[in-house]
Amino acid sequence: MAAARTESLRDAYGQTLVEIGQNDPNVVVLDADLSGSTRTALFGKQFPNRFFNVGVMEPTMMTVAAGLALGGRTVYASTFAIFAAGQAYNAVRQSICYNHANVKIVATHGGLLVGGDGGTHQMLEDLGLMRGLPGMSVIAPADAPSTRAATRAVAEFDGPAYIRLTRENLPTVTDGTFVLGRAAELRSGNDLTIVAAGAVVARALEVAEELHKVGVEARVLDFASIKPFDEKALLRAARDTGAILTMEEHTVLTGLGALVAATTAESYPVPVRRLGVPDVFGESGEPWALLDRFGLSKERALEEAWELLRLRGKVQ
Amino acid sequence: MESAVGRSRPEELAERALEVRRDVIRMTYTAGSGHPGGSLSVTDLVTALLFAEMRIDPAQPNWPDRDRLVLSKGHAAPALYSAMALRGFLPRDELLTLRRIGSRLQGHVDRNKLPGIEASTGCLGQGVGMAVGMALDGRLAGRSGRVYTILGDGECQAGLTWEALMAGGHYGLDNLVVILDRNRFETDGATEDIMGIEPIVDKFRAFRYETLDIDGHDFGAILGAFAHARATKGRPTAIVARTVKGKGVSFMENQFAYHGKPPTKPEAERALAELGTHL
Repeated sequence: MAAARTESLRDAYGQTLVEIGQNDPNVVVLDADLSGSTRTALFGKQFPNRFFNVGVMEPTMMTVAAGLALGGRTVYASTFAIFAAGQAYNAVRQSICYNHANVKIVATHGGLLVGGDGGTHQMLEDLGLMRGLPGMSVIAPADAPSTRAATRAVAEFDGPAYIRLTRENLPTVTDGTFVLGRAAELRSGNDLTIVAAGAVVARALEVAEELHKVGVEARVLDFASIKPFDEKALLRAARDTGAILTMEEHTVLTGLGALVAATTAESYPVPVRRLGVPDVFGESGEPWALLDRFGLSKERALEEAWELLRLRGKVQ
Repeated sequence: MESAVGRSRPEELAERALEVRRDVIRMTYTAGSGHPGGSLSVTDLVTALLFAEMRIDPAQPNWPDRDRLVLSKGHAAPALYSAMALRGFLPRDELLTLRRIGSRLQGHVDRNKLPGIEASTGCLGQGVGMAVGMALDGRLAGRSGRVYTILGDGECQAGLTWEALMAGGHYGLDNLVVILDRNRFETDGATEDIMGIEPIVDKFRAFRYETLDIDGHDFGAILGAFAHARATKGRPTAIVARTVKGKGVSFMENQFAYHGKPPTKPEAERALAELGTHL
């Protein structure tokens, strides 16, 4: 597979915010002293009156965001995922979700790909924490074009949303669309399904390509919309392919894999293998090498895929 | 827009507050749980806000230019529900549904259940931030409505409260009034024994608030402080209202045990007798 062009999801987000701000004077943006990294500074430069950098007070960024939203604003609030979902959790829960405030949390630096900053800053629990909140939409785009689409899409409804972005540039793997509640089939196949979200979708496609070389056709579903969850697409895949491999840059305890396993177990049980970070914290290192170290290497994914195929009797 | 009851005199406010205190006892007794102590301490402040200070209209709870109240100490819900009922936001006979299944009167105030509640609160420390957001929004939109928030004193131990106060001071929100119900007690005892918050007036001043130190049961002082706040430009106002936990019921006054414990039947009967009525 030819190396695709890589692009920054954060740039895509920041640029899209500016577009949204130009079209809608009702939009305000908050940040907590990371506006250069999250790229909300682009909006702040263009619309200084509608931009509030509150400093290092992430929980209060969320309560202030809720207050602005209850006044009728569409609010985007950004910081790193560890602070947005971790430090600020109960402010997100009560001030935003319990109030049903129209706040779109766009958290950058999710997962292992934060790299050198290490385990303290590698947020691996955010998707689980956020999808457990009633009324919260949870999105993990796989590339910059779908980040643009998701950033726009969340402005279209009244209610809270959490978008998880990645620090590293990522190859373009989607057609640039995003529909809330819909999984995107990035590759068709009936031998096996690979379900992925976020930065590892590209790796899922690489695995599928390797399998294709030996005659195995894997369906690849991009579940950027983790909540609402496209149960139909998942169960269709379970019926059509009979085995599912999940890949996520998140703890397997509470993430996409857990969701897939629970959904299939309840409605159409098939073997599911969850690839992701086991029950450990991350550590410092070169970003992509960390994915390999913590169980998300292409080789490991291939092993799991073959194991599933053997379980289904599709290979010896 | 001001309805007919919009400007009550202190004597009339005292009558309203007496009704609220009676309701607080009846509601928490009937519910079998709740927070009478902090509801009774905040009663005069809430009554003054709803009956004299705030421009609100029960017929149009979402009127854009209204004043807004965020009850950060959401556990004082019984006092607010009662004052809202007296003000016409809900039928008075609904008050005794407090904390029952299906009731709009949640144990801590819920904006999605009861029109007129501006923000759902309960977990302490989050109210000031929401009020700051509302005040920022009002200023951006050029609306005249003011934003009031009532803080508990135990809540002043929360870092989150000070983050949000810092933001209100930084943004110079003169449409924001922070009222501290300084009844000196929290769940486990006296604030100064557990984690002292004094000198609280100095703290608000240091956070860039026009700060007033008043008797929170003196309607003249309360209304005077609100007028002072309206006249203050360029920065928010903090009102440290010295109150008595359990105010109006002798055996509950200054007793932290009634922070989160409802009266028993004999206690409710005795309390209501002191308040000039009965169960």
